[in-house]
Amino acid sequence: MTHPLASLRKSLACAHPAAASETIALGAPALDRRLGGGILRAALHEAYAGTAADAPAATGFALALARRAMAGKQKPLLWVRQEALSTEAGAPYPPGLADIDIDPAAVAFIRVRDAKEALQAGAEAGRCATVGATLIELFGAARAYDLTASRRLALAAAAAGAPIFIVRAGAAPAPSAAASRWLVRALPSRPRAANAPGSAAFAIFLLRQRGGAAGHAWRVEWNRDRGAFKDRTFDAPSLSRPVASLSVGGAPDEVAPQTAGRKFG
Amino acid sequence: MRIDALDRKAIALGLTPGMTLADAKARAPHLAVAQADAAADERLMLRLAAFCEQFTPLVALDPPCGLMLDATGCAHLFGGDAAMRAYVLRAMARLTFSGRAAVAGTPDAARALARFGETAVAPPGEEEVFARPLSIAALEAPRETSVALTRAGLTTLGDLADRSSAALTARFGDETMRRLTRILGREDARITPLRSLPECMVERRFAEPFLDLSAIENVLRPLIVEATGILEKRGEGGRAFEARFFRTDGAVASLRFETGAPSRNVEALLRLFRLKADSLADPLDPGYGFDVIRFCVLNAETLAQSQIGFERQDAQDGDFADLVDRLAARFGRECVLRFAARDTHDPMRAAAYVDAAASPSSPPSSWPKPEPGEPPLRPLFLFDPPQPIETMAETPDGPPMHFKWRRVRHLIARAEGPERIAPEWWRNAAGARPRTRDYYRLEDRDGRRFWVFREGLYESETAAPRWFLHGLFA
Repeated sequence: MTHPLASLRKSLACAHPAAASETIALGAPALDRRLGGGILRAALHEAYAGTAADAPAATGFALALARRAMAGKQKPLLWVRQEALSTEAGAPYPPGLADIDIDPAAVAFIRVRDAKEALQAGAEAGRCATVGATLIELFGAARAYDLTASRRLALAAAAAGAPIFIVRAGAAPAPSAAASRWLVRALPSRPRAANAPGSAAFAIFLLRQRGGAAGHAWRVEWNRDRGAFKDRTFDAPSLSRPVASLSVGGAPDEVAPQTAGRKFG
Repeated sequence: MRIDALDRKAIALGLTPGMTLADAKARAPHLAVAQADAAADERLMLRLAAFCEQFTPLVALDPPCGLMLDATGCAHLFGGDAAMRAYVLRAMARLTFSGRAAVAGTPDAARALARFGETAVAPPGEEEVFARPLSIAALEAPRETSVALTRAGLTTLGDLADRSSAALTARFGDETMRRLTRILGREDARITPLRSLPECMVERRFAEPFLDLSAIENVLRPLIVEATGILEKRGEGGRAFEARFFRTDGAVASLRFETGAPSRNVEALLRLFRLKADSLADPLDPGYGFDVIRFCVLNAETLAQSQIGFERQDAQDGDFADLVDRLAARFGRECVLRFAARDTHDPMRAAAYVDAAASPSSPPSSWPKPEPGEPPLRPLFLFDPPQPIETMAETPDGPPMHFKWRRVRHLIARAEGPERIAPEWWRNAAGARPRTRDYYRLEDRDGRRFWVFREGLYESETAAPRWFLHGLFA
């Protein structure tokens, strides 16, 4: 007779196959070490925009993660977006996607009216094993995105073995079934010749990571040519803001719900 | 005010259509009157026509208050012409409609026999025998024609049929004579059905009205299997499908869905049906039950037999096409999109959003590859139309030092430009002369990156150029 604990372990191993622990490396060694190899592939991840004006940065960060997830796989990206976001922050521009190394031809874009529809479309897409990654952009308070909805998405991602990214602008971070939760802000880029703006850069703060360390801030740059993040946390301080400005407590308070929807900047 | 239509009781009182309302009220003071509503009448007839589509797919309206059913190839399903006529009349009676019906070889003969005769069925080729005794009113000719005919002593169609048609045509016109030949079955005419014939159609009739909505897929699945079987024999796949539910009380619900590529996949079609049914504003309601459930393939295209399993990529593409179809069925085709590249230097027109279901993928090579080592030159998000901003620049043709957008001031830390983009003058109508745009990539002190432009060349095109924010970088 086998030991009950052993059989329990065995059944747990069946329920969570090895693939469940497969990770997506961000490409920056220091980050990946800290994250334990990267973010989980078959899981739900959230990126919150620090303020409403950081929405493009949050989406850009999630797109870069999706790009990492899809590397080497001939699978499409499914991008679900609430229509209100396009009047607020502009509509996705395919040449700009190509500029951060996402092939626009490999993207299917779904425009929906509200958060409820966005989550339905996202769950439908996330469940599909032929999708490389799913990106869902929600705008504002989005009450439809609750614990149950996030759990549903997490299960869909686990079943399909592909990540689902939720990007939220104008909302305060809330508990959910996400495997990781990030707070993203725009970061001044490394200037090019003649003080020209450089590659996309993000100040990211890991609010939560399931079974791992959280509460860590980095400054990263997206290197399109390598298709990887580059850690810039310890660059010359004159080029970027101090890390201390990314305090955990301060961040959600800054997102006043009534003003978040209207104001940029 | 005149009387438009009367019921049986009123006719029994001696009232006739066309009479003034005052006259009628004088004769029958207790007369119940309602305003005539031609549009509502037509809607009712269209609903009845939809109901009658369960007997034959070819149904046409026969104004003002008739329906024409093409029973070709359908009558034997009901046990012959007479049995089908009785069946239709019984079904109508269940909906509390009384009616007159006749079966004949030509539509005109059937109409004349139903309205002016007592014959129930006139076998094809024998219309003349049955139509001859009909009064000349069956011609439904203008009043002066019927008066003239009566004065000439011609009272039945038989009388007319015996005369030389050349003389009658000369006297009463082409139209009346054509009508006569059609009623007599000497000339045939086709009806124009309300809906065109589907590519293939399968249905299930129930002895007892079908009530259990939860078991609806058990009915639909064999129907879809049968329909896809028919398509498979033809080497085709369906693009547009329709499930029709004929309710006992005459209401007809129809549910239509489309696929991006020709399909014979039963499970995928069922999934689409489910999604469509879930997204209905007023859900499918069986009421007192469905009499008939029908599944039609409205559009079909050639679909070769494929060997799934040999080509993994194909199977994957197929799955993705399925997903796109499902999303399109749920959210509408206009919401499920793909990006298509356009060959133009105008940033506004460089990319188009296209229906994903219609164009499964665009060639990957059509997007320009970014230059290695360069930062992103195009924004991730584009505003349409561009957003006006207030700027302050050091020199009239230099980048702004700061700008104000949505009441917030952005102090510029880095800038690059201008990238001069001339308008596509050949696209614009005469008069509206578009201006050259000078684009700048800007970054403010908080690290937000913007794509702005100045419209119009300073001094040569305009004295006070305006600034716009066109896009946001990640």
